[in-house]
Amino acid sequence: MKYIDEFRDQALAAGLARAIAHEAGTGRDYAFMEFCGGHTHTLSRYGIADLLPPTLRMIHGPGCPVCVLPIGRVDMAIRLALSRPEVILCTYGDCLRVPASDGLSLLKAKAHGADVRMVYSTADALALARREPGREVVFFAIGFETTTPPTALVLREAARQGLANFSVICNHVLTPAAIAAILEPPGGNAPQAVQIDGFVGPAHVSTVIGSRPYEAFASTHRKPVVIAGFEPLDVMQAILMLLRQVNTGRAVVENEFTRAVTRDGNLKAQALVAEVFEPRPGFEWRGLGTLPDSALRIRVAFTAWDAEAKFDLGYTPVPDNKACECGAILRGVKSPIDCKLFGTVCTPETPMGSCMVSSEGACAAHYTYGRFRDLPLRASDTATPANQDTA
Amino acid sequence: MCLALPTRIVELLDGDQCRVELGGVRKEISLALIDGAAVGDYVIVHVGYALTKLDPEEAAQTLALFAEAGLDPATSCAQGDRATPR
Ligand code: SF4
Repeated sequence: MKYIDEFRDQALAAGLARAIAHEAGTGRDYAFMEFCGGHTHTLSRYGIADLLPPTLRMIHGPGCPVCVLPIGRVDMAIRLALSRPEVILCTYGDCLRVPASDGLSLLKAKAHGADVRMVYSTADALALARREPGREVVFFAIGFETTTPPTALVLREAARQGLANFSVICNHVLTPAAIAAILEPPGGNAPQAVQIDGFVGPAHVSTVIGSRPYEAFASTHRKPVVIAGFEPLDVMQAILMLLRQVNTGRAVVENEFTRAVTRDGNLKAQALVAEVFEPRPGFEWRGLGTLPDSALRIRVAFTAWDAEAKFDLGYTPVPDNKACECGAILRGVKSPIDCKLFGTVCTPETPMGSCMVSSEGACAAHYTYGRFRDLPLRASDTATPANQDTA
Repeated sequence: MCLALPTRIVELLDGDQCRVELGGVRKEISLALIDGAAVGDYVIVHVGYALTKLDPEEAAQTLALFAEAGLDPATSCAQGDRATPR
């Protein structure tokens, strides 16, 4: 398929692996964080870790919207759906299985009688509200800057149509704030993350916000950022570009994903988001704590469609399951295999923490594609490009 | 949930909608977030909305960069800086 297969070419991957090994052959160690769950998924799925030299380590970042959603926000949706029979709660598929309090999830709440439905797009939720005028349709919105513009569109549309039975619980979060939080924990008392030499910057988030928002970050924190597409060759090229920056002492924003990302991004989408949303003073993230100006809320002009105001929903923070290491994984301090529950109690079928829910979560990605690598006896490397000469 | 693939626009429809095709599968999606998309353009679609158009020239240049990096790792480094923000 065009613009997909070419970016997965095995021979080119072998060449890039050689270039990476050459560039990394300085005798020092490197650690790069891939912010996006999409990149975590690519690294696992294509066995890229096997193509990298042992001195180069990739660290999972918090860029999976399902993973960073704290329990308290899911509880809020479950409480609403269980206590108000007139409510139809709609959300994207991944949200349904996020473990919440009392052994519940939105899916389990459905089994307890709540009307919870999965939608593929915000437009589906709006259409449902039009079809069911006697019910209250509430869309539980999550996601980074990629997923925010579609929510803004339906809020504006609901306002235009005067659709009184539609509202949104807004959980939209902001990427630059989370990247900064990784390097400077809020209040200085959160556990410090690991050493990071640079960031593989978001792909689809950046199609919307452009590469500009990372520029101040790169100069303030003296960390290179290379925006990369989600295909395996994109990620490898970005790693090579990061190595070159580190080796030459530079820390700027570079864009590997020029086929989809510009410096300014999608101005139409940005204007729409600014019209409907404003920054939230504080928002709690799983693993990162409460971060200032790191999320969005619905503007006053759209209060009639803000479910938090309409149903007077309060937020109560809830600590994570003690045995679950999601928080540390999202800060980059631990890996999935450091969790005692990984692959035993916690699997994609029976997730105990959020990182096991979405295919872009660090635990789910490692469970699906990488867990056999942990075994002492390795299967032969037949199907992957890993048998290419990487030295 | 941010994974999304480039799909080709095969038909423009009413109300900012269009039909896209990916590997033989056709789907209706919204073009409300982008301007000036035409039949034949490739777009990145996320949760039912096109987020951006793909730039074919930039795609070709990126592919060339991959090929070059692998040719001679010791001498191909200078070109890597080309891909800077525009
Ligand atoms: S394996 Fe499960 S319980 Fe452990 S950190 Fe991952 S998601 Fe949490």
